[in-house]
Amino acid sequence: MPEPEVVRPQSVEEVSAVLRESSGPVRVRGGGSKWTWGATGVPPDVVIDMAGLDRVVEHAAGDLVVTVQAGALLADVQTVLGVAGQWLALDPPEPAATVGGVVATAVSGPRRLRYGTPRDLLIGLTVVLADGTVARSGGKVVKNVAGYDLGKLFTGSFGTLGVITECTFRLHAVAPARRVVTVNTDDPGPLVRDILRSPLEPSALEWDGTALHVVFETVEPAAETQALATVELAGSGEISDRLPAGFAARPWEPGDVAGKVTHRISSLSAVLDAVRRQLPGCRIAAHAGSGVVHAGWAPSRADVAAALEGLRAEVAAHDGTLVVVDAPAEVKTQVDVWGPVRGLEVMRRIKSQFDPDGRMSPGRFVGGI
Amino acid sequence: MTLEALADDLVARLGDDAVVTERAALRTYECDGLAAYRCIPGLVVLPRTTDEVAYVVKRCHDAGIPFVARGAGTGLSGGALPREDGVLVVLSRMSRIREVDVDDQRALVEPGAINLDVTRAASPDGFYYAPDPSSQQVCSIGGNVAENSGGAHCLKYGFTVNHVTGLEVVMPDGSVEQFGGRAPDPPGYDLVGAFVGSEGTLGIATEVTVRLLRRPETVQTLLAGFRTMDEAGRAVSDIIAAGVLPAAVEMMDALAIEAAEAAVDCGYPQGAGAVLIVELDGPVAEVETHLAAVDGFCRAAGAFEIRVAADDVQRVQIWRGRKSAFAAVGRISPDYIVQDGVVPRTSLAQVLHDIAALSAETGIRVANVFHAGDGNLHPLVLFDETKQETARAEEVSSRILDLCIEHGGSITGEHGVGADKKKHMGRMFSEVDLDVMQMVRCAFDPDNLCNPGKVFPTPRLCGERPGRRTAAHPLQEAGIAEIF
Repeated sequence: MPEPEVVRPQSVEEVSAVLRESSGPVRVRGGGSKWTWGATGVPPDVVIDMAGLDRVVEHAAGDLVVTVQAGALLADVQTVLGVAGQWLALDPPEPAATVGGVVATAVSGPRRLRYGTPRDLLIGLTVVLADGTVARSGGKVVKNVAGYDLGKLFTGSFGTLGVITECTFRLHAVAPARRVVTVNTDDPGPLVRDILRSPLEPSALEWDGTALHVVFETVEPAAETQALATVELAGSGEISDRLPAGFAARPWEPGDVAGKVTHRISSLSAVLDAVRRQLPGCRIAAHAGSGVVHAGWAPSRADVAAALEGLRAEVAAHDGTLVVVDAPAEVKTQVDVWGPVRGLEVMRRIKSQFDPDGRMSPGRFVGGI
Repeated sequence: MTLEALADDLVARLGDDAVVTERAALRTYECDGLAAYRCIPGLVVLPRTTDEVAYVVKRCHDAGIPFVARGAGTGLSGGALPREDGVLVVLSRMSRIREVDVDDQRALVEPGAINLDVTRAASPDGFYYAPDPSSQQVCSIGGNVAENSGGAHCLKYGFTVNHVTGLEVVMPDGSVEQFGGRAPDPPGYDLVGAFVGSEGTLGIATEVTVRLLRRPETVQTLLAGFRTMDEAGRAVSDIIAAGVLPAAVEMMDALAIEAAEAAVDCGYPQGAGAVLIVELDGPVAEVETHLAAVDGFCRAAGAFEIRVAADDVQRVQIWRGRKSAFAAVGRISPDYIVQDGVVPRTSLAQVLHDIAALSAETGIRVANVFHAGDGNLHPLVLFDETKQETARAEEVSSRILDLCIEHGGSITGEHGVGADKKKHMGRMFSEVDLDVMQMVRCAFDPDNLCNPGKVFPTPRLCGERPGRRTAAHPLQEAGIAEIF
């Protein structure tokens, strides 16, 4: 197989030119932290490396808005924003992730409980379509309902609709104080339910497989009183003003089958039980309270596909889905990593409008899109 | 098939109480909340189920007859403006709240359900539905989905799109699709996100899964009176700069205050040139800390009177003036236009000065009411039709949108484009931008039958590819944005 040509455009115009002047399959690369995610797809002729578009275009601190080029590292953007006491409230743990990659894969971290996911914070974007067309939607004000919001479609599209070149986000202030209540538990379900029914307002409820970390990020007195109330509610718990080591880490290693399970919020205990039974020996973590469970599994038995399909069937009963985020190539040939998808025919029609020749990351997304 | 034949067919399937054909009865549907645009629909249908909606849409699709969905008819951009050659699908009979599950933080509701009724249904368990447009006592969830409605509290809690997780949609060809559901992050393109805010042009939502939030532990509402708008604006900037995120920050100017006093006797601080309403909610200790900070910023900026509501009765009293403001200007002006534009918050002071200058130049009074926290202006342009001021008022209203665009804002923050503002879309987006947006429409509604003639100034034929145009982008040309 010939190696793809890697190009590193320095501007939106150059991205457009690359696409106009080429014809075969194209993939976009940010930091490469999720390069193997999704279905295997068709090998690209051209890889567009976004490292040359890494500028923070405008940080309007008084407006709590930032516009950044898609190749900027999320961590670098946070550093710039931090100077003004602000941050882009997205905390996926993948190191070296770019802003564009975070948007294209819609990844999230523990604080999605309070701030939502990339779709909730993206307020404008610029994209280049497969034929080189440059288009934008949204804008740089938080409140804006003019026109269709293409940002929603491009968020989580895995590069299949076009190249995201610039994003504008709503920002939040960094909270002045933090408390983390750590409660050891194999089954966080009941405590999570009690917290969600209480007036407590944690920014994250992260379960790492052995303990639930209840995070409060607000002003000092509110962090302290809520931490104490959580200990009382739980009947136990250690209070710290620091996040535990490895907080938010995905529970998988390279080479594992990495799964993301979603579910209705109240089904947490049942879903954790299902994951443990179907994927014996797996490591688990949960964005508890948000309906997201991650599992990393180094399968020791041959019927990997049967186990994954078994889990998929079980979580469907909880209105959820199982997506195999990443897996060794031989596993990807055995299972549909995305699983059944609602609205797939509509998605195909959208794809054929935006990319009629099927050039953009072909085969990487749902239903072979 | 003619509309007459379609009416007979629909009567046979849905019953004659579900089909309106008499002209006098049709006339009651001729406009939504924006009465400047009127059109008597060819036919009105009131379906009761998803199957009935799908049947109506399928018949329209097969016959090539355009159709428009309507909820409560409170929209302010003519988004539900009917077609005289088409069918108006009124969803008021599909108003049930089917399920409330607070442990899943979800409710399943029909599109005709009233916004406030969702909160009422969740209240016994201490939960509520966050988006709260001013019309929430009468507006429908389906209309909220179409318009991506906000409300005073969207500064902190976001818009309808942040609170809808699933949709059942009757597609423009009459098929029924499910997007999303109760769980988060459905795999594939975010069809829920694409549909919410599409102003009824991508299909008809027949069931909506919404998020429910836990009621905050406490709410505090502060009213501050200032001599000038500049002082009030400085207080807002300082509050935001300090990292405080209020649930709502609302501002009114002297003319808006005068109108509200005349209408509802709200008792705002006497002699105020501006009032600020700041609402904080959350855990008690957080709200107390932030309330003290807000009080300090208001005083430092020049507030001469500050009141904090001691209870819900006083809170309602504070909000009464603000919530009545649109209708209240009817007390001080025979006619008025409600404008809806957005500017970056930091441009507020400049834009308000520009609006004042515009008012002085034209002799058209403008009362200002706005969501100051997110820069969403609702200038009320006052005029007297009998004095031939209509054209001048419309000119002022339009020039206010120019100001919003010049400052990098938007032509609509929450009322939508609809029929009213499609002529302005080309000032905010290039033709290519609009063509690309319409690819989404072509994926959903290739025959352009679903609420046609809204949102986009020029409908796009779904076969064509967007041309690579050489003209500069309008924002680039105006020196507002660099090449993207």
